[in-house]
Amino acid sequence: MSKRQTGPSRWTGPPRWMDRIVELYCRPELLEDLQGDLHEYYDRNLTKSRSRANLIFFIDVIKFFRLYTVRKPKILGQMTFFNLFKNYFKTSIRSIARNKLFSSINVVGLAISMSVGILMITYISELLTYDDFHEKSDRIYRIITSYKDINDSEAEDYASTSVFIGKKLKEEYTGIDKVLIMRRNFRKDIAKGENVISVSGLYASEEFFDVFSFNLLSGDAATALREPNSVVLTKTTATKLFKDVNPVGQIVTSGEDSYTVTGLMDDVPFNSHMQFEALASFSTAENEYRKDENSSFFTWRSIWSNYVYLLLPEDHNVNLVQASLDEVAQEENAKTDRFTINFQLENLAEVVPGKDLNNKIGPGRTWEVINMMITLTMIVIISACFNYTNLSIARSLRRSKEVGIRKIVGAARGQVFVQFIVEAMVISALALVIAIVLALLIKPEFIRILSDRMKVEMDYRLIHILYFLIYALGIGFIAGFIPSLILSKLKAISALGDVSKMKLLKGVNLRRVLIVFQFTLSIAFITGATISYRQYKYALNFDLGFNTENILNVNLRGNDSDLLLAEIEKLPEVSDYSRSGLIMSTGDTWSDRFKYNDPLDSASVHVNYVDKNYLKVHDFEFIAGGPFPFDLSSEKESKLIIVDELFVDRFDFASPESAVGEIVTVHRTSGQESVQIAGVIKGFQYAKIERRRRPIAFFQGSPDSYSYMNLLVRTDDIVSFMDKLEGIWKKIDNVHPFDAEFYDDRISQSYYGYVITFKIFGFLAFLAISISSMGLMGMAVFTTETRIKEISVRKVMGATEKHLVYLLSRGFIFMLILAAIIGMPVAYLFITSVMLADNANRIPIGVFELLFGVVLIFFLGIMTIGWQTWKAAKTNPAEMLRNE
Amino acid sequence: MKGTNIGEFEEVVLLTIASLLDEAYSVNIVDEIRKVTGRKTKLGVVHAVLKRMEDKGLITSELGEPTKERGGRRKRFFQVSHAGKIALLKSKEQRDKLWSLIPDVVFQGVR
Repeated sequence: MSKRQTGPSRWTGPPRWMDRIVELYCRPELLEDLQGDLHEYYDRNLTKSRSRANLIFFIDVIKFFRLYTVRKPKILGQMTFFNLFKNYFKTSIRSIARNKLFSSINVVGLAISMSVGILMITYISELLTYDDFHEKSDRIYRIITSYKDINDSEAEDYASTSVFIGKKLKEEYTGIDKVLIMRRNFRKDIAKGENVISVSGLYASEEFFDVFSFNLLSGDAATALREPNSVVLTKTTATKLFKDVNPVGQIVTSGEDSYTVTGLMDDVPFNSHMQFEALASFSTAENEYRKDENSSFFTWRSIWSNYVYLLLPEDHNVNLVQASLDEVAQEENAKTDRFTINFQLENLAEVVPGKDLNNKIGPGRTWEVINMMITLTMIVIISACFNYTNLSIARSLRRSKEVGIRKIVGAARGQVFVQFIVEAMVISALALVIAIVLALLIKPEFIRILSDRMKVEMDYRLIHILYFLIYALGIGFIAGFIPSLILSKLKAISALGDVSKMKLLKGVNLRRVLIVFQFTLSIAFITGATISYRQYKYALNFDLGFNTENILNVNLRGNDSDLLLAEIEKLPEVSDYSRSGLIMSTGDTWSDRFKYNDPLDSASVHVNYVDKNYLKVHDFEFIAGGPFPFDLSSEKESKLIIVDELFVDRFDFASPESAVGEIVTVHRTSGQESVQIAGVIKGFQYAKIERRRRPIAFFQGSPDSYSYMNLLVRTDDIVSFMDKLEGIWKKIDNVHPFDAEFYDDRISQSYYGYVITFKIFGFLAFLAISISSMGLMGMAVFTTETRIKEISVRKVMGATEKHLVYLLSRGFIFMLILAAIIGMPVAYLFITSVMLADNANRIPIGVFELLFGVVLIFFLGIMTIGWQTWKAAKTNPAEMLRNE
Repeated sequence: MKGTNIGEFEEVVLLTIASLLDEAYSVNIVDEIRKVTGRKTKLGVVHAVLKRMEDKGLITSELGEPTKERGGRRKRFFQVSHAGKIALLKSKEQRDKLWSLIPDVVFQGVR
């Protein structure tokens, strides 16, 4: 502006920014005049005072903000936008309603894969809430340790650290508000009068409640964990022990120790990275270890069971604290060359989900697992989106006329684009509704697969509605992008002209490749599912070499088996009983190192401790020798063993008979023992069936070595029998719950891994099949629609329907065969080299297992294609050729 | 129909425009109304009325030449359109007719 050039000092107009406001809102056609008027007034007012003129000008600027002066916002300006939006929505709904079949295929296809996404969103957003409830979480850091032994090539990272470093920081360094030292494995049976419960908890120093925001209901937060032998109980634990009485100030006992309850706190939220039922003061642990002079408790290298949390000041500098840690580490590492220890600081927010660390204080998930899950989900979702794209492009031939008309009437390219995006979003919003229902259905199974030690809640929160909506619209956008682009690019003239000349045919080969790929995956997944299911059945029916039927294993839980058996013996349902150290064939194993004459030749042997009845109860078959003649009393070392055939072979005994009576030695860290072979039994399955067999030896057991009673039960009324047993159990032990399980149930449970594999594969197969069938469907529709004229002409010329179906299906059948040719070997290789690679006893993978998937896929594929091609072949040629 | 009859303030503005001949632009109109009738009108009010009457077709407007005042911005000059003139005349006619019906006695003592 010319006035400006005269320089700011001589600028006599109103402040520039006020002018700008007018320019911003005023309609261009009114602006010049209005602004001129205002300036004229301004000049008049200027004669009085500048500030007054400014003020009046400003007030006027505001006052002229009126309906008739204000320019319509850009979007409103194209008033058509909102009106059209309504129209887009309407056309979308109509087109969805008109093509019910296609819409439902699209909706269901998207919904299936979206349900997985929904579960992932819920799960990951749950993981991200971990430890959010601590008010000072941004200032809480954990010290993690990397330990490298001289023999190791790489350092290992541990979540635990030493008491040493905690004390050192507390005593010698500043710049840290609080140092909290914790220790795991506070496992006790604690008693209050008659009431006994077993708790598993942690030790924590008195800073615990200053650092963390766990809610202390009763007791003094500052001192609760100060004195030795103080415990803080969670609400659930306290209720079990004290019913409704306030436990604070009460004394509880555990064996010879007694503890004062100094606090009562709320239960630990599930989304805390540490889980405990009770807290004991850290000084309790200190006292215990102080008694022992040789204890390594306070040493530099004792980094395995302790945790140090730091509360840093508001204006903390992590690097300074890290520098202090490095300083201590350097100083201490200089003293030995056998190992090095280094520390790192980790903010509480990085704990879960976090790094893969050893010795974690509680369950957690690592980022690697989460990223893998996200990747898998993305693959599923993207291929579903691809199918939508595929189907929509196929259908777009039908819509091209509509686009042509719209364009002639004056639709801009962007508007057509928006229209089809809106349509895709409507479909994905519909899919979202179904997906949520589906997600609800598969959630329990999903949780079951996910939760090992970690509690998974997956509760929906309000914010999820927003996430899901964004997610659905995002998917709609991705899925609808390419079809919308293609349709919006159409020239009106070509859209209304000859459809077959349109350039929709590009990328057909790519789509073929993708469909073959999808079917290959489907075949592989189905085969995986079939084989894991058959392997499960195989494992359950596997001949273990001994009897497991009707045997009820009762966990002794440290009780005297003689006391229990004295009562149980009287039950008429129990026809026989024995005792053993572990339950074989379910995954638990014990091993010992055995030697015979050659001192250099040792073998690792699976062992079990059993009483004299055991072999009889379980129907083991003797080849030579016989059972143990008597049972040992407490504290006695076993002198006799019974071995299996493999043992005899391993130590080169001439025959089973010659092995009986021989003496072999057992080598343990505590020393070596000699034992005599009392009998030889036929080989049997000691470990789970996927493990290779090793020699086996039964030791003559003593009451200390038994963990289970094995009751041979003959009864029709299991329920009342179990009640009776539980009654007996309660009389002798009311701390631990009665824990009994039939052998066969236990076995099937130990092979539950196969069921999980089956379910995962089954679900993946379901996803892959539905996605690939829809992809195939898209291709079939596409082909038939582009060739409809050709078909009509052929028909007119006398081609039969059968012939036409053959003509149209040929290409697809070829694709299916190709997928089968690739899929079967891939599945076979994957299963034999990855899934069941180390499995000693796996089912023979034959033609049936491999062909099952192929047959299923062929059936579905041919149904899909046949249906489309048949429909095309049946059309009346007159209808199609009429316009020519 | 709306627009065939004009409001009182509209009439004032229309008359002012007519009286100002070629010099009728917003600020001038405000000044003239004050000078002749003594009514203190605000620019905003006049502006809105001008806009409304233009929409109704009672007045027409065009932008003048830029001048040094107003920071070089052009003024918008208004003229009473044919429809405006008819509306004014009609309004005057109605009043005259009504005036002629009132006997002088009524205003005795007021004048």
